[in-house]
Amino acid sequence: MWEYVCCKGFFPKFDLHFFNKIYPKKYLNMNFEFTEEQLMIRDAARDFAQRELLGDVIERDATATFPTEHVKKLAELGFMGMMVDPKYDGGGMDTVSYILAMEEISKIDASVSVIMSVNNSLVCYGLQKYGNEAQKEKYLKPLARGEKIGAYLLSEPEAGSDATMQRTTAEDKGDHYILNGTKNWITSANSASTYLVMAQTHPEKRHHGINVFIVEKDSPGISLGPHEDKMGMRSSDTHSVMFTDVKVPKENRIGEDGFGFKFAMKALEAGRLGIAAQALGIASGALERAIQYSKERKAFGTEIANHQAIAFKIADMAVKVENARNLCLKAAWLKDNGKPFTTEGSMAKLYAADIAMEVTTEAVQIHGGYGYVKEYHVERLMREAKLTQIYEGTSEIQKIVISRGLLRD
Amino acid sequence: MKILTCISNVPDTTTKIRFVDDNKAFDKNGVQWIINPWDELALTRALELKEASGGAVEKISIITVGTKDAEPVMRKALAIGAEDAIRVDTEAKDAYYVAMQIAEAVKDGGYDMILTGIESSDYNGSSVGRMVAEFLEIPSVSSVSKIEMEGGNISLKREIDGGTEVLETQLPFVAIVQKGIALEPRIPNMRGIMMARKKPLTVVAPAEGEALTEFAGFELPEAKAACKMVDEDNVKELVNLLHTEAKVI
Repeated sequence: MWEYVCCKGFFPKFDLHFFNKIYPKKYLNMNFEFTEEQLMIRDAARDFAQRELLGDVIERDATATFPTEHVKKLAELGFMGMMVDPKYDGGGMDTVSYILAMEEISKIDASVSVIMSVNNSLVCYGLQKYGNEAQKEKYLKPLARGEKIGAYLLSEPEAGSDATMQRTTAEDKGDHYILNGTKNWITSANSASTYLVMAQTHPEKRHHGINVFIVEKDSPGISLGPHEDKMGMRSSDTHSVMFTDVKVPKENRIGEDGFGFKFAMKALEAGRLGIAAQALGIASGALERAIQYSKERKAFGTEIANHQAIAFKIADMAVKVENARNLCLKAAWLKDNGKPFTTEGSMAKLYAADIAMEVTTEAVQIHGGYGYVKEYHVERLMREAKLTQIYEGTSEIQKIVISRGLLRD
Repeated sequence: MKILTCISNVPDTTTKIRFVDDNKAFDKNGVQWIINPWDELALTRALELKEASGGAVEKISIITVGTKDAEPVMRKALAIGAEDAIRVDTEAKDAYYVAMQIAEAVKDGGYDMILTGIESSDYNGSSVGRMVAEFLEIPSVSSVSKIEMEGGNISLKREIDGGTEVLETQLPFVAIVQKGIALEPRIPNMRGIMMARKKPLTVVAPAEGEALTEFAGFELPEAKAACKMVDEDNVKELVNLLHTEAKVI
């Protein structure tokens, strides 16, 4: 009977097209397909990395040379301010595109991608979101065009993970502030011309007394410590920055009095996505190299990829990379759609950084002795991976962010 | 002056080639498509000429014969700097068919210079450019490695056996270009990628006509045998192998 009813067309055929018309969003929202533009940006970043970065990445790492020309070319392509609104001379791209681009650049050269990340998702993001029109006109535009490089000055010798303990002071002098103190581990400190500096104005108010200022690097009273001799990302220039009676005009304060700490945290929230994607790129770069090497290198009469010990390593690495990629893209998608992304962003950064360490270590293992020498790149990727667990919020800090997000009432 | 560049949509050069449908069709599954590298060089030269022309080159257009799948590659050409695009909405069946479609679509377009790459990297076809010229009854120059433009004069350098040849040509003409024609192909910038969406991509219906050839079947080359190592003291063995296995002596 049932069969009979169906055959006779008692029930109309399910019409997906009609169904989609009635429920246009609800059932179509899940979509893993990238847009044409997103793919074009990914390919552009890949081509750039292959063509412009790969050639001298080992040498720049060895000599700790800043990639001046490379960053200039990156800027010409629009990657230095790719998410900034076109009305402030940016690329107007979404965060998903940014993740794709960061992954591709980081596969080849994380020193370049950290310069790109700090400029895009810490400095440009902070200025665009919280700066006033005059600040955007004067400072955001050249940063978005990549003519100038930005730096973000929060960490101090005694204020790393606990950023509330700012010892740099900003004394209110009516129409200007006077800054004194020392900032540590500042990416692009020497190459940047625009600094975003966090400093304490009202110590009694603790972190509610912190302000953030746009400071021009050539202001009198600013001096740099020596170039930090780092384990990885050696081609980016990291210094400490000393402020001695540096005069900063009042109009260079971002937001209301005491807005600095909130600014710093909000900027880090967005910056985290850049570093998560960087860690992802380091891991996927190592995976690609491990796959290629294991198909070429022979041992015991066959390519090592044919040995289960190696093949299973590759499988484990690939699962981790894919997970990290999905976390990064999900957090980016949330941000692009104006939804909260703090927890997911921290998850992406924590996971991607941790697996970057694991995957690069395994990539070195698969390469054996060749993995331990510079020519094969994976030892550098391993050194680079380590930093992603430390900067822009250590893995431990990410766990605090994630657990607080889950446990608060 | 208006320049037209013919763009072919080809699989990325690192694609693993597989066939389906009883080895009669190329398996397009999971293939990444790119602008045919020689066509990309042609487009790059067109852009260089436009930039150096001080306004004499008004517009660079591109044309592709292909289905909707070809559009991402066309958008990339627009992102790199072409102003508008025409897609003839049909499968690119063979050189004759493609050339005929291009000629039909552009015959009234007023293009002064038509550029094609010397070959396509998928089927190694290298006839479309000349056929387009024949259909349009205009001159064509092949193996061009340099195009210079001064005032209204065009000078072309082409490689010939044992040397080079410099030619001048009237307008309009077709140049079939090869390596050396331009500096490196360009990477599209953010602005270009954003603009590409807004540039006109006109889809035209194919003209009446049939392909002259069809694919009877594909065969992959046999896998290369692994290299055999012979001990340096064992010359006898080497000679034996060359004689009995390699059959070269």
